[in-house]
Amino acid sequence: MTETLQRKDYLSGQEPRWCVGCGDYGVLKGFTAALAQLELPRENIVIVSGIGCSSRFPHYCSTYGFHGIHGRAPAIATGVKLARPELSVWVVTGDGDGLSIGGNHFLHLMRRNPNINVILLNNRIYGLTKGQISPTSPTGAKTKSTPFGSVDRPVNPIQLAIACGATFAARIPDTDNKMITEVLKAAHNHKGVSFVEVLQSCEIFNNQAWTKVNKKSERAEHTILLQHGEPLIWGNNRDKGFRFNGFDLEAVNLDDPSVDENDLVRHDAHASDPTLALKLAILDFGVSPYPLGIFRQVEEPVYEEAVWTLDRTIHSVQGASTIHDLLRAGETWTVESGSEKQAIP
Amino acid sequence: MGVSDDRKPISLEPSPASTSPSDHPTELDVTTIRFAGDSGDGMQLLGTRFANTSAIHGEDVITLAEYPSEIRAPAGTLAGVSGFQMSIGPQDVFTSGDVVDVLVAMNPAALKANDNLVREGGIIIANADSFIPKNLEKAGYDRNPLETDELAAYQLFPVEISRLTATALQEFDVPRAQVERSKNFFALGLISWLFNMPLDNSLTWIRQKFAGDEGVILANSQALDAGSKYGESNELFKTNYVIKKPEKSRQPGTYRYLSGNSAVALGLITASQLAGLHLFLGSYPITPASEILHELSRHKEFPITTFQAEDEIAAIGAALGASFAGSLATTTTSGPGMALKTEFIGLAVSAELPLVIVNVMRGGPSTGMPTKMEQADLYQALWSRPGEAPLVVLAAKSPKDCFHTAVEAARLALLYMTPVIMLSDGYIANGSEPWRIPEIDELPPIDVQHHSDASTFQPYARDPERLARPWAPPGSPGMEHRVGGLEKQDGSGQIDQDPENHQRMTYLRAEKIRRVAQEIPPLEIEGDESAELLIIGWGSSYGAIARAVMHQNKLGHPVAAVHLRHLNPFPSNLEEILKRFPRRVVVENNDGQLWTKIRAEYLLDAERLNKIKGTPFKIREIEDKIEAMLAGGA
Ligand code: SF4
Repeated sequence: MTETLQRKDYLSGQEPRWCVGCGDYGVLKGFTAALAQLELPRENIVIVSGIGCSSRFPHYCSTYGFHGIHGRAPAIATGVKLARPELSVWVVTGDGDGLSIGGNHFLHLMRRNPNINVILLNNRIYGLTKGQISPTSPTGAKTKSTPFGSVDRPVNPIQLAIACGATFAARIPDTDNKMITEVLKAAHNHKGVSFVEVLQSCEIFNNQAWTKVNKKSERAEHTILLQHGEPLIWGNNRDKGFRFNGFDLEAVNLDDPSVDENDLVRHDAHASDPTLALKLAILDFGVSPYPLGIFRQVEEPVYEEAVWTLDRTIHSVQGASTIHDLLRAGETWTVESGSEKQAIP
Repeated sequence: MGVSDDRKPISLEPSPASTSPSDHPTELDVTTIRFAGDSGDGMQLLGTRFANTSAIHGEDVITLAEYPSEIRAPAGTLAGVSGFQMSIGPQDVFTSGDVVDVLVAMNPAALKANDNLVREGGIIIANADSFIPKNLEKAGYDRNPLETDELAAYQLFPVEISRLTATALQEFDVPRAQVERSKNFFALGLISWLFNMPLDNSLTWIRQKFAGDEGVILANSQALDAGSKYGESNELFKTNYVIKKPEKSRQPGTYRYLSGNSAVALGLITASQLAGLHLFLGSYPITPASEILHELSRHKEFPITTFQAEDEIAAIGAALGASFAGSLATTTTSGPGMALKTEFIGLAVSAELPLVIVNVMRGGPSTGMPTKMEQADLYQALWSRPGEAPLVVLAAKSPKDCFHTAVEAARLALLYMTPVIMLSDGYIANGSEPWRIPEIDELPPIDVQHHSDASTFQPYARDPERLARPWAPPGSPGMEHRVGGLEKQDGSGQIDQDPENHQRMTYLRAEKIRRVAQEIPPLEIEGDESAELLIIGWGSSYGAIARAVMHQNKLGHPVAAVHLRHLNPFPSNLEEILKRFPRRVVVENNDGQLWTKIRAEYLLDAERLNKIKGTPFKIREIEDKIEAMLAGGA
């Protein structure tokens, strides 16, 4: 690539078909900005999606794209990555696509750890089918399919991803372009699978889902920004923090004279033990400050690299072959012309 | 014997002239041998070794492997019996045999489960040591059949295989468990002697297979030798046998012995090499297709990636992803797995990406009979997708034909940018036969290129002859494009829900598949072309049909046959052939699936012969149908 590409160069020019006010627009903007800042050649990017509002994503980008079938983007992406490890492969999915119909593939994508970046737009609702509960909808949610309130217990995407073995897990709001771009760049630079949950608002069917996070005026009070090595502090006045009380994260007020700032927990995204990341992941939305940023970022063997390294190693021992030799490997015998007697080699 | 093919009843009686068996063996035509024992007894190994020896010795061979769906069903029970049957003969062996001439039964259950397959006067060799009360009871015998006249219709040879093996190994200090394991090789030695086959090939194999374990090599080699010597020196057998010399000499060349599943794997590798492409297999273990995954996973001397996915859906999904990325992609499965892959196959049709889908059919519906053969997934292959989603369907007719069918499946997928379903089944997948290895220049060229000219690139522009769209994998600047399952605009590939465009695209996709017929050589008629009666078959019933027609023609009965590899589209001359024969019968191991399609496509009626028992057709069953139809009935 010779000339530097601008953010807009990563847009296909196709008019997005998302509703006005949909959180997906912000993600598309932050995502294309990340691609431009990373100076990734468009031809080396493949965006794979499933089905749902979020899965229209590939059509709006000027890269290679594969709009797959419901829940199966991880499978397609794994095939692309295994066949062509040098490509930058992104999966864009939603809470229904990725965690309900595609739940099984999600597990295996996380545990194998290919160098694939997964963006999950979590709006806690089915949008494209016009408003039914999703696996992240809160218990009690009243939707078209649950007119008297849902009895299902929701799944927590970050907790699930880490439990499945994700080596990179992050959460971002759909309204903070800068944060979207920074986290997606970090996801790209991470070697191994990167899981990024976007708290996305569905303007039409669930626009109050993440207000406390996505509304700038509420964010400081209701979220906690995770920064590796920094103490866990939040609040409008940055006056609250977490310290350990036994195995529990205990919220404390920094104004309390009995609280020592040095006792606060420092975030460690690089710890191989996932306990702290999981503790943070299970903090309840609406009850505790909701963590944003990178929960976990650890190095583990990368799937497609391991596959290709093993194949190449064995190849270098076995050597190359030809069809001629392949078909003649093992026991063979020849029939000479004009005789029915056989020579046994 | 039930004269089921064109051979005379074999006389297994001692020939009058013979005094010393090895000097004057009795000549035999096509002969069927069956090895039966506990599924843990290694019957498949024993059978495979003998089939291999026979093939290398120059016989024509077809094998049938039959094993229970449980890995180790309770030992000694009827449910746990595993069998390996083979026909050997000088030439034209097309099936694994209707009736058994020689049965080797390693325990009472194996005898009980198989003695009804043996023809009257046939040979039964039983491991007498295993006919102890406990085993007799498990098999449901009140009394030891070796000691009653229950088996009087056969030539019965009780042989103390276990004891004789132990005796032979006595001086070598072999552990007990190994003695037990070596008894197969004693049986192999004995049967090798009985058919006058040399032991050297088996000895070489033992040395290679157990290389590094001298104790095992010694035990097995000694047991093999002891079995052969036992036959030779014992008065028990009054003669031994030799397969007749073939009437016509075989096509010169290098031969090997090949199973259907191995043939698929070799065919796919060959196709990828012919096309100059990386080969990608996404698969999920399933009986009876897993051996293709195993085989392809071993060949790192070629650029092959095998991916054992988390499920059938991910297996094809990854394959389709690899296809998008520019590989020759394939997925292998059986009926239940096909059902799961359905949605992805539809996506492959819509995205117009090359993909080879191999279905090794087994008994259905649902889990059905996993280790038994059937041809009942033809409807599924042809039509089981949402929407109008035509694709190419091929079927292999024999183990070795799996190679050529796999190469053709890959070739058509690449040339037409389409998914191709290749049907095999449990019979030919596990069955084996000798195969003359083709030279490279006998194989069809596969001339495919990834699209390289960005200035002319449109993702859904079409090659005017084949209507294939260009294949532009990621990595090529200027050709960035999106594919998917949404209807797209002809040419540009942009999402398009316009009614006129949808109908046009539907017709284009259908026409593309119809044009595949231009690649198909004219269908050839076998047998009596002037006959009024035509047999129509597909897949693994080929051997039985071909033999039946050959034999009926020899008897002077006018009948002909066509065998279809191409099930969609049909060969262009099929209709014309069908019209030449006023009476037609479609023979298949299902309830009339090809029969339905032929009637629907040509408005030509046909009768049908269907067998849905999990086992292939016997030659006799087809001949009975022919004779009944020629006699004026059905
Ligand atoms: S339905 Fe909701 S998620 Fe879908 S595009 Fe509209 S606002 Fe966005």
